[in-house]
Amino acid sequence: MISIKLLLEKPWIWSFVAAAIVWFVTIMFTGGASAYGLSQAALTFAAFSIIVGIGQMFVITLGPGNIDLSVPATMTLSGTIALKLMGGADSMVVPGLLVAVAIGVAVGVGNYGLIKLLRIPPIIATLSMSFIVQSTAIWANRGLRIKPPAILADFTTSMTLGVPNVAWIALGLSIVAYWLLQKLIYGRWVSAIGQNILAARMTGIPVDGVRIVTYVLCAVLASVCGFLLANFSGGAALNMGSEYLLMSIAVVVIGGTAVAGGNSNVPGIWGASLFMFLVVSMLNTYGFDAGIRLIMTGIIIIGVIVLAGGHNSEQR
Amino acid sequence: MTNWFTRDAIRLLIPALSLTLLLLVIFYLQPRAMSYNGLNLLFNLAVPIALATIAQMLIMTVNDLDLSMGAFVSFVACVVATFLNTNPFLGIAILAAAILAYAALGVLIHVRNLPSIVVTLGMSFVWGGLAVLILPAPGGQSPVWLRALMVSKPPLVPLAIIASILVAVCAHFLIMRSSLGVVLRGVGGNFRSVERAGWSIVRARAIIYALAAFFAILAGSALVGLTTSADANIALRYTLLSIAGVILGGGEFVGGRVSPIGAVIGALTLTLAGSFLSFLRISPDWQIGAQGMILIIVLALRLLFNRLERRGKSA
Repeated sequence: MISIKLLLEKPWIWSFVAAAIVWFVTIMFTGGASAYGLSQAALTFAAFSIIVGIGQMFVITLGPGNIDLSVPATMTLSGTIALKLMGGADSMVVPGLLVAVAIGVAVGVGNYGLIKLLRIPPIIATLSMSFIVQSTAIWANRGLRIKPPAILADFTTSMTLGVPNVAWIALGLSIVAYWLLQKLIYGRWVSAIGQNILAARMTGIPVDGVRIVTYVLCAVLASVCGFLLANFSGGAALNMGSEYLLMSIAVVVIGGTAVAGGNSNVPGIWGASLFMFLVVSMLNTYGFDAGIRLIMTGIIIIGVIVLAGGHNSEQR
Repeated sequence: MTNWFTRDAIRLLIPALSLTLLLLVIFYLQPRAMSYNGLNLLFNLAVPIALATIAQMLIMTVNDLDLSMGAFVSFVACVVATFLNTNPFLGIAILAAAILAYAALGVLIHVRNLPSIVVTLGMSFVWGGLAVLILPAPGGQSPVWLRALMVSKPPLVPLAIIASILVAVCAHFLIMRSSLGVVLRGVGGNFRSVERAGWSIVRARAIIYALAAFFAILAGSALVGLTTSADANIALRYTLLSIAGVILGGGEFVGGRVSPIGAVIGALTLTLAGSFLSFLRISPDWQIGAQGMILIIVLALRLLFNRLERRGKSA
């Protein structure tokens, strides 16, 4: 009994409960026929939101005003450049991945460089950066659509032990993120900065070092996600990242991470990402069109924040 | 004697100078741009962006941020190109309801102490969904009077310039000169002291959100007047452009520090930055990148000016 009560007090449990309910309701409609396929699809598509969501979560945890708007542009650029470099050759997979990571590091350093050198809010720094990165992607995307190497196309679209490979990757990255946040001093520092940056500075935390690492981490996760997504969908498109701007923020918030910073939550991102995908497929199954789906998504996001917000104000 | 070199004036100086410089270079590269038609073409699409920037600036006055601006302007464009054209009364009723919805959002954000970024993020899905419901495929038609207004050619000065100045002046008097504006900026500065002075913060937030919706509706209408039809994704870029425009014009995210004239100048600068490249014969691929670079350069200049100012004070 105590363990159930403890479980219910975890902020991330609700996103899983919601995801399970939606999953069940969808399965009911089809008479259980699509249970396996739906779960596979949910895990596959949630994996991409999870990867970018984790990066965004680290940034949001840094405190009010910290948000990375360059996520979609970074995804697009890394997917485009990596595919171009690999040119469909299986032997170029490792260089392709390395280039994607290098792009992430460059964008992350650039983001924090702007924040620090120009003393501008992160929103505007990452916004300016995203304009430049997006432009570079448009310029690089000239020419024919390049197919991903066969080995990567196979890997990203197939499964191991009945679970999509991209979900395994998301799981691996989540475990690393959890370990960084909970077990390492770095994670404590990120939370401390998010709770009170002045106090964190006073206690001798290397604030700039931690912040730059966090922005680089977020950009690298975005570029890895872009790399995987481009291989998964058989090519890079200029708008491939666009839906992940709002999605990366939404899964963080629904997953129970404090929007004001200082408190993050890795499991919640899984629940929220699954939930967001399942809601869309539930509405699809019930035959609603795109407009209604979007409206419902919006109402759910607002509903979650209204409920979660009320919870916080009671605590205060 | 009035001191013309106040902090606010210096803040305005940098965006104004960058706009002038940009214009001068364009005139140098292409002297034919220095004509009635040339100016009109250069600044035509700046009018809706300027209006959306003012709307975003209003929200930023109370330390909030509207991530649904682009989706909302697109929604308005869809309503204007369909309902307002075929059934004006219904169209106006829908737009009025949208203003009320914005005011309600302001109240909700204040009463529940919610982060505006997340609430407007949710709303961007809602407005986007409504827009898709109204116009599943690009289409619709601009009301005739709106089209006539947007392509009208007043004597001497092109409409785009007149409209921009008019928007800037109206917003300036509303926010910087009226007593309502002082209260609204005060909410951004220190809402507790405004509250103690006996003003209702809830009402102030509701008013500012409603005003923002009003300007965003003007932006959507102007856009439809220019493009003659609408589409559910027509203005999605406006979310980021409007934030960039406010910052470019000297506004800040917190503290009620905004400048309506600066915001309009910022919007014009961003619009010009795009066409600037084509005058330099650089590939249009870099158009968005140029907007990012201009933003970075102007912010770097501002930092430099602020440092010089501080050094001047300490000396």
